[in-house]
Order: sequence, then C-alpha cells, then structure tokens
Amino acid sequence: MTGKGGNGMDVDGIPPAVLCEELRYRFGEHRAVDGVSLRVVPGEIFGLLGPNGAGKTTTIRVLTTLLPLQEGRAAVFGVDVARRRMEVRRLMGYVPQQLSANGALTGRENVSLFARLFDVPRRERRDRVAESLEVMGLTGDADRVAATYSGGMVRRLELAQALVNHPRLLILDEPTIGLDPLARSGVWERLNELRATTGMTVLVTTHSMDEADTMCDRVALMHLGRLRAIGTPAELKSALGEDATLEDVFRHHAGDALNDDRLPQGGFSEVRTTRRTAGRLG
Amino acid sequence: MKYAPPAAPRGASAEAGTVLVPYPPFWRQYPSRVGALCLVELQKMRRDRTELVTRAIQPALWLIIFGETFSRIRAIPTGSVPYLDFLAPGILAQSALFIAIFYGIQIIWERDAGVLTKLLVTPTPRSALVTGKAFAAGVRALTQAVVVLVLAAVLGVALTGNPLKLAGVAVVLLLSAAFFSCLSMTIAGLVLTRDRLMGIGQAITMPLFFGSNALYPVALMPAWLQVISHANPLSYEVDALRGLLIGTPAHLALDFAVLVVAVVLGVASASALLGRLAR
Repeated sequence: MTGKGGNGMDVDGIPPAVLCEELRYRFGEHRAVDGVSLRVVPGEIFGLLGPNGAGKTTTIRVLTTLLPLQEGRAAVFGVDVARRRMEVRRLMGYVPQQLSANGALTGRENVSLFARLFDVPRRERRDRVAESLEVMGLTGDADRVAATYSGGMVRRLELAQALVNHPRLLILDEPTIGLDPLARSGVWERLNELRATTGMTVLVTTHSMDEADTMCDRVALMHLGRLRAIGTPAELKSALGEDATLEDVFRHHAGDALNDDRLPQGGFSEVRTTRRTAGRLG
Repeated sequence: MKYAPPAAPRGASAEAGTVLVPYPPFWRQYPSRVGALCLVELQKMRRDRTELVTRAIQPALWLIIFGETFSRIRAIPTGSVPYLDFLAPGILAQSALFIAIFYGIQIIWERDAGVLTKLLVTPTPRSALVTGKAFAAGVRALTQAVVVLVLAAVLGVALTGNPLKLAGVAVVLLLSAAFFSCLSMTIAGLVLTRDRLMGIGQAITMPLFFGSNALYPVALMPAWLQVISHANPLSYEVDALRGLLIGTPAHLALDFAVLVVAVVLGVASASALLGRLAR
C-alpha cells in the first residue's frame, strides 16, 4: 500500500479514489463486512474478489451510499461517504449486479434518463447520451427497446447509463455474471478502451478468478467479511510459487472457501438473485 | 472514440481532500427529477397503448351499465342533476384511483429488477424520487381520464367546456393520483412483496370507493359512514371534480387544500419507507 498522510491522503496530496478504514457492517448478528481497510489508487482497475457471501456487495453498497455507514470510515476521492452522500453519488457511476436497464424504454431513453438525473446541462445532453452509447457500441441499436437486447448489450447499456455523467469512479458489481464468454470479453474490451482513453478508476467485484487475473491491476481477496490478501495478481501468485493461479492464492488465504458449505452461497435467495440476472428483461 | 475524459480533480484541497463538483441548486433539481420520471412514464405509455384500452373497460361498464340503470331507477336523489352526470366525476376519480393504488407494484418490480438501486445512487433525494413516481402515476391517470371524459360526453353527460375548469380537473386528478400512488408506495415499503401489496390494494380500493361520495351523496349515508367519508381524500377529489365538470356546488378551496396536504404527507411517508425497499 502507498504511504498516507494523517488525513487519509496519499503523500502526493491526491486523495485515493476509494478509501475504506476499518469498515464494518452487520445485518443483525451476521457480520457481513468485518474490518475492511483498503485504498484504490486513481486510474487503476481494482478487483474485489471472493465467493458469494464474502461481503463484496455489502462493501460496495456502503460505498455507493445505498447502505448507511455503521462503523469505520469510507471516502470517495476524499469525499466522506457518510456525511456528503449527494456529492459522492455525483462522482460515481454504478452498475448493480442485477440487470437494471428498463426493458420498456429504448437504449437512448434509458441513458437519457440518467443524464437528467445527474443534471447534465440540457444543451449537452443529446451529445453526451450519444457519446455514451457510442463508447459502448450501441449507436446502431439505440432506438430499439432494451427488452429486445441480448444480455451483453444490456450490460453495455447499463455501462452507458453509468458513464453519462462522466464519473471519476466506476463501480461494477459482478459485471459479467450471467453472460456468455463472447459477451464477457465484449464488456471487458469496452472497459479497457475506456480506461485507456480516460484514466477512469474502476472498482469491480467478481468471483471469476480468471477475469480478475487478466483484467485487474490490483486485487483484494475477501472472505467472510475480511480482506485476506491485497496486491497485483502477479505479486500474489509469485508469492505462492511459480505456477500458482489466482485461485490457488485464494485457496491458500481462505481455505477451501469455494466449496465451503457453511457459507451463505447455497441459500435460496442468493441463487434466486443470481439467476434472476440471467433472464429478466423479456 | 471521442469519450471525454472525466473531469480532472477539481479543487482538491490539501486540507481535507475535498472535490468540489458544481451542480444546480436544490430548488431546480427537484422539478427536473419529477419531470424526468414523468417523461419516462410517457415514453412507456407510448409503447403500451393496449393498457389504455383495457383500463377503459371498467369505467365504461360503470357508466353504461350502472349509470344508465340507476338513472332509470331514480333511487338516488341527486336533485336537478341527472344521475349519469352525477356519476361521471365519481367514475373519473375511480379510474384514477385504480391506476394509482397499484402503482407501488411498479416500485417493487423496480426493486426486484435492480432499477431502483440504480435510481437511488443518482444524486436524487428520496423524496424527489417518490414525488417523481407519484406524478408519473398522475400522468398515467390523466391520459386515462381523457378516455373516460370522452366516453361520458358520448353518453350525453353535460360536461364543462371551460378550459380553466378543465385545467382544474387535470390538477385535481394529478394530485389525487399522486396521493393514492404514495399510499401504494407506502404500503409497498411496509409489506415489501408484490403479492401482499396486491392483496392490500384490492382490500382497500372498494372501501375507499364505496366510502366516498362517488356513487351517492354523502347526505344519504348513515352518520358513521359520513364520518369516514369526510376522512376519505377520494370524497374531496370527487367533490372538486363534480364542481368543476358539471357545476354542482363544491368546496373547491377546501378540496384543493386537503389534496395538497394529503400529497405532502403521502410523499413524506413513502420516502421514509423507501429505504426499506433498497436494502
């Protein structure tokens, strides 16, 4: 981790894109997030990895102001998540795990709604909407209702919605879940291009170790609400051995969590949420 | 690719690492949010015209079957006003009520789908989101009202042609639909599932309707029901609609005041409970 000053800033005076200090969140007795501290450097793609129930989504829901901060501290580009929620929201683009585009509206209408909700000035609105759609490769399909889109196109549409306010931080919760391999690589390709041209910071959760390995600059492994390891995929792998994969790293740090029956991953609601992602829009 | 880079860190002060992002003042954001959500409703409606027709069936049946029959029976004393004329504003209010009272289902659907989550992460205060949804229900109710009014005119109801009064009718319908959709969203925030909301919606719609002056004058009711009717916002809606549309004596100032207060309370309670849906 980089050095930091007394007020949560890095030594060079630029606040981290995301800062969590001893973040904790409980649902009743269950500690979903249990003392997470991390900082995401501006401009990187940072992956939060872990099996279902690791606390990734809860962490993200606190950062996006969807859940109130219970304990600890969280800030986005130095803006406190608990005290300045509206400002934090203006800095972010967020794509939740479920398919969240409105199937009854066209692609353009979906993006346009978010341009309005983020106060994109009226004279810029048309261009900004067109630009977001173009970046995600949806210009040709912009005037079709989203219900007719393929899964990959819907994901790209949701990304276009999240980009229309020119966010500095893009938060993606399992962006490729439920997508076929081709659609997955399509989404990642667009994200990479975007990062290359804009230097946008991306915080992404995934439970696909392969994806994290190839796409993320740095990853944090999360298990049972705690961070078990943090670093670049290469660092984490080489620390374990020559031929180690990220999955080996995870097993090393978290035990055999991927097959652990005690985890909430087998729960009905969990499965329902995940499957709903696959086929809802129609 | 022409995508503009995100704004450089603006005003990153050394002291607290703050980032200042300029945005319109609060008083301008509010109407813009409401407008944006109403626009979405119009866009959706444009593609689903069948609903406009199917939803017109019930008010048509009330006017044609119930209205025509009771006009002949002359069981309900409505003074010099023909019963069908007396009934039409009541049915207009009823059709708006039916649309609004199930509007909470949409919010539960949006919650299940993830749409609500994303709306809640935009810089939109929850009360603005609820107000937007409430008036979106109003917009839907208004288009339905046009159908009912045309039908009433065809059946020979002597409706006003005064544009000012018709504008008043639109305002009354907007406010009422906004209130009843807030009631629905409040219940949605309490029960959290579609099935339960459907059940409660169905359970309260008819008592609201029959416990108002929509079908008969309040004076005919037993004393206890008159008390209920006076606490029922639907009665004030119908009173105003009747006064504006067919010129019966009405307490317009009181009616508007009650509806405005009801909307404010409705928005407050629905926004307070919206967080439960987000969790």
